[in-house]
Amino acid sequence: MTQVIATTPGLFPLPDWAKDELADLKGHQKTDLISGDESGEVVAAYDQAREEVISIQQDAGLDRVVEGQFRWDDMLAHPLAVHDNVETKGIVRYYDNNNFYREPVVQGDLGADGGDVAADLGAAADHVDDGLQAVLPGPYSLADLATDEHYGDDAEFLDAIAEFLVEEVNAFPDVETLFLLEPSLVENAPEDGEDERAADAIDAVASAADAEVVAHTYWGAIEEKAYAHLMDADVDAIGFDLVANHDQTVYNVQEYGTKDDVALGVVDGQNTLVESPETIRDRIDWFEQQTNTAYDTVYATANTETFYLPVNKFEDKLEALANAADLEAAEA
Amino acid sequence: MTGPRDQFKPADHPNDHFLLTTVVGSYPKPKWHDRARELFEDEDADFGEDEWEESKDDASRLITHEHERAGLDVICDGEMRRNEMVEYFAHRIDGYEFNGRVKVWGHNYFDKPSVADEVEYGEQWLVEEFEFTDEVAERPVKVPITGPYTLANWSFNEVYDSEEQLAYELADLVNEEIEALVEAGARYIQIDEPALATTPDDHAIVGECLERIVDEIPDDVRLGLHVCYGDYSRIYPEILDYPVHEYDLELANGDYDQLDVFKEHEFTKDFAMGVLDAHTAEVESVEEIKENIKKGLEVVPPERLTVSPDCGVKLLPREVARGKMENMVQAAREIEEELDAGELEVVASGAEAHADD
Repeated sequence: MTQVIATTPGLFPLPDWAKDELADLKGHQKTDLISGDESGEVVAAYDQAREEVISIQQDAGLDRVVEGQFRWDDMLAHPLAVHDNVETKGIVRYYDNNNFYREPVVQGDLGADGGDVAADLGAAADHVDDGLQAVLPGPYSLADLATDEHYGDDAEFLDAIAEFLVEEVNAFPDVETLFLLEPSLVENAPEDGEDERAADAIDAVASAADAEVVAHTYWGAIEEKAYAHLMDADVDAIGFDLVANHDQTVYNVQEYGTKDDVALGVVDGQNTLVESPETIRDRIDWFEQQTNTAYDTVYATANTETFYLPVNKFEDKLEALANAADLEAAEA
Repeated sequence: MTGPRDQFKPADHPNDHFLLTTVVGSYPKPKWHDRARELFEDEDADFGEDEWEESKDDASRLITHEHERAGLDVICDGEMRRNEMVEYFAHRIDGYEFNGRVKVWGHNYFDKPSVADEVEYGEQWLVEEFEFTDEVAERPVKVPITGPYTLANWSFNEVYDSEEQLAYELADLVNEEIEALVEAGARYIQIDEPALATTPDDHAIVGECLERIVDEIPDDVRLGLHVCYGDYSRIYPEILDYPVHEYDLELANGDYDQLDVFKEHEFTKDFAMGVLDAHTAEVESVEEIKENIKKGLEVVPPERLTVSPDCGVKLLPREVARGKMENMVQAAREIEEELDAGELEVVASGAEAHADD
């Protein structure tokens, strides 16, 4: 019997009070964004927001709880944006969205500095007894979002990013699950050779984690050959965006198989229309039927980050996900 | 179709040549008007609907006259009645709802609306704004209106099967509003589609929207399209097929690095070129703006060149915005004099265009 685990890829919308308070404390310009050495007041605001959203997830009944990634002003580029050897430059578009982040330009060795993500997870761990989930950008996407002025070679740069993420994972507290977010595998599909290196890099980061690891892709279906390579990475599940493109995804899985577990993006992180638990459950059942597989575990998740949503709809969607997982349990 | 342009030339225009000077739309709001909005939104303040209406009228009159004193040929009221370019319209269209702010970048947020029901024409959008401005203005008034593609693209779509379908539904509403504006006497409408710059592959959808918008709009109404902050090579020359007279494009911000895009293929419509950077707080000198205008003359001849800022200037300090308008008009008039005197030879016809002092 398939176990449905309700979770999210993190990167939540800030509570409205925190939007105002942090804008007042930090400012509105690109030089005001997070640098890793925030003042006490800023740290306190983030701590309060984090505690709040942990409670919201627990009250909703999600099976995995994330820390919310509220400090990630630069979205998935965050871990580099706070690195000492990385300079943040102009504001650039975040994939195809009407959102922007500071372009991180890597100007020195990435090995020496880290632990920023682990520190936030540590703060969350104090409030989560079980089901803590870590979120990191996958190495391919992080490299894609950044500009390299130090390594001078794409393969070497990707390796360095992977090593940097491995160090970050090594500093983690105990976590149940790690979501590695890899939208660039879809949005900027790797070329020949690059696809294999991307899978190797994901494998390296996943292997460092003492947790279930999900390599989650979104904004469409991953290109066939890149998917075949991704299957070689030692992750526990691959995540698919069923909202953006389910047919190509089903084809990939029919053609190349997938892991024993699977993550399914069944709730739209970029639309305020709230899916009912029944709809979510139908989408999971549909995928299982189409791929003719009973998975050990299905991670039912929003397809994308959820900071695109207003807070009320975001909270409704968390509840819908949790209730969808319960529906399954009731029938079991 | 280069459009009915002569109707906007002032009777006392000093030169034979005429470079139409205008604005894109938004202008910094007077501080007292911002304060009035705060009071109006504060439930505890003794400041009601009548006081708020009076503040909007006062601000609209003030900025309309400020534009006229700067010498602009075609003016607007600086959008004193509007808050934001999508929110303002979404509040007036049935079917929209607001759920709260979403992030754009850093700590900058936008009250992104949701289409939660089929969209229908609700209360008037801009007719009252136009009628008031037209009443207080001596000069012709341009009406900027957010285009349906941007209204669709910058909203959550909970109802329609596709964003394209939503855009077409909204285009029909924009058409209805423009018909009402024309009925009220408007003769210069600018459709703002900044979202096109971010999703250039959708230029055919914008084209279909415009076909719906112009349906049964009389020929003597001048229609412009404003697009900004994007890669124009991905939409040009395709956009020349749109049923509008004029394209208003941001170019000063990038120091005209995209100007060649418009020289590779003949610019067959009117060219409203940004000659002022809307996001620098320094007033460009008259000389600098004249150099910018000459770049426009490399693309089109003077009778098809409109001179305007890159974009709405609402984020600038007001005195800076005013200084920019004044210098822009003076620069345009000086270029006209030089053209009249034959000091400036302009041969702009597609790829052979060049400007020569």
